[in-house]
Amino acid sequence: MRKINSIRVTELVRRLAIEANLCLRKDVLKSIERAARTETAPSARRILRMLIQNARIARAKSIPICQDTGFAEVFCRIGQGVVVKGGLTAAINKGIMLGYRDGFLRKSVVSDPLLRKNTKTNTPCVIDYDVVKGDKIRITVVPKGFGSENASAIIMLKPTDTEESIIDFVLDVVRRAGRDACPPLVIGIGIGGTMDKAALLATKAITLPIGKRQAKEHLARIGGMIMERLNKTGIGPAGLGGKTTCLGVNILSFPTHIAGLPLCVKISCHATRSANGVL
Amino acid sequence: MGFCSMKRIHLPLTKEVRSGFRAGEELLLCGRFYTARDMAHKRLYQAIRLKKFLPIDLTDNILYYCGPTPAPPGTVIGACGPTTSKRMDQFTPFLLKAGLAASIGKGQRSEVVIQAIRRYGCVYLTAVGGAGAYLSERVKKAERIAYKDLGPEAIYELYVEDFPVTVAIDACGHSLFKGCK
Repeated sequence: MRKINSIRVTELVRRLAIEANLCLRKDVLKSIERAARTETAPSARRILRMLIQNARIARAKSIPICQDTGFAEVFCRIGQGVVVKGGLTAAINKGIMLGYRDGFLRKSVVSDPLLRKNTKTNTPCVIDYDVVKGDKIRITVVPKGFGSENASAIIMLKPTDTEESIIDFVLDVVRRAGRDACPPLVIGIGIGGTMDKAALLATKAITLPIGKRQAKEHLARIGGMIMERLNKTGIGPAGLGGKTTCLGVNILSFPTHIAGLPLCVKISCHATRSANGVL
Repeated sequence: MGFCSMKRIHLPLTKEVRSGFRAGEELLLCGRFYTARDMAHKRLYQAIRLKKFLPIDLTDNILYYCGPTPAPPGTVIGACGPTTSKRMDQFTPFLLKAGLAASIGKGQRSEVVIQAIRRYGCVYLTAVGGAGAYLSERVKKAERIAYKDLGPEAIYELYVEDFPVTVAIDACGHSLFKGCK
């Protein structure tokens, strides 16, 4: 059994929390740069160029890309052949706490959804564990801003529903709330499983690089159609018009029940953030 | 950045100044305004309703829907972009009635807010959401002045130079957000 001290987990999570919030993901930045070249509306081009400059300033001056440094979601893929000395969940939470403190990130977590007292540490974070083969630990930190999280939606479609039903629902979600969620958007879609599994898949989909072709043919087709139709809505950058409404659509699926077709649409903004590392 | 087309506006935003704005116009704001987001709105609303002390003067002033990140040593403020405006919709008409000139946020407003904007001759401005680092360079002074217990949701007094905004709803009620295919 390989042994890892939990302090190393804390250090990694701390670093990833800061990195994710200060350095815009390369795939996201590239997609904005591409859009800035092809966008025709002058105000939309200006906004896209502002976003590119924003990413540069954030990196150069160590200022977060966005003031909403998010609720931290952490994905932890832990190999069966590794033992962590010390509490793993506590180590991850400590990493988030230190990262948000040392990186001058905003503490946006309240201890109770109704009593709403700020915990001042941005913890607890939401952790998803996955036990896999091997003796490594792979950690992904996803600071999820709530401007876009609030625009996300879930629906339990019927098993007889079609690809078109899925596309229609995603389009409805974006038409209704997309302008409030900092477009151009990155869309993560989870299809199948149970209600909670679909939501988890949708969040995981956001962490995948955008612009890559989906492995599954039918999902690639759905993703392509959603992207094409979203970019014809006219919502545009900042919701002020233009043809760049969506930067990328990632879809993950899972087997589901004969009676159902769960569908979760996670909306993420142009400051879609995540960072990962391996121990 | 090509700011030549943008009109520089010195605050405060008197009725005379703001009534000249048209939806779609891009402005560069210079002067002072306050931040306020969800919980600060709730408190301001309750204070107005119960005729209690208001920690800031709303008359001809602007509320910026923003909760900045902490300022690292040697800086004025951290990232400070706008948050989603529609969460403030339930409080905005009361604040406009109480003298508020404008709000700065991101995204759409409710029909009730649009009506109130027209009735009181106010405006709704949008800043680019997610451009928090970019906008931080336009803030020259920041001080937390009220509701300090709310942490990032406290009211900050900001002094800005060339703070870029777009007129999203003008005093006639024309909105940039109408119509979407």
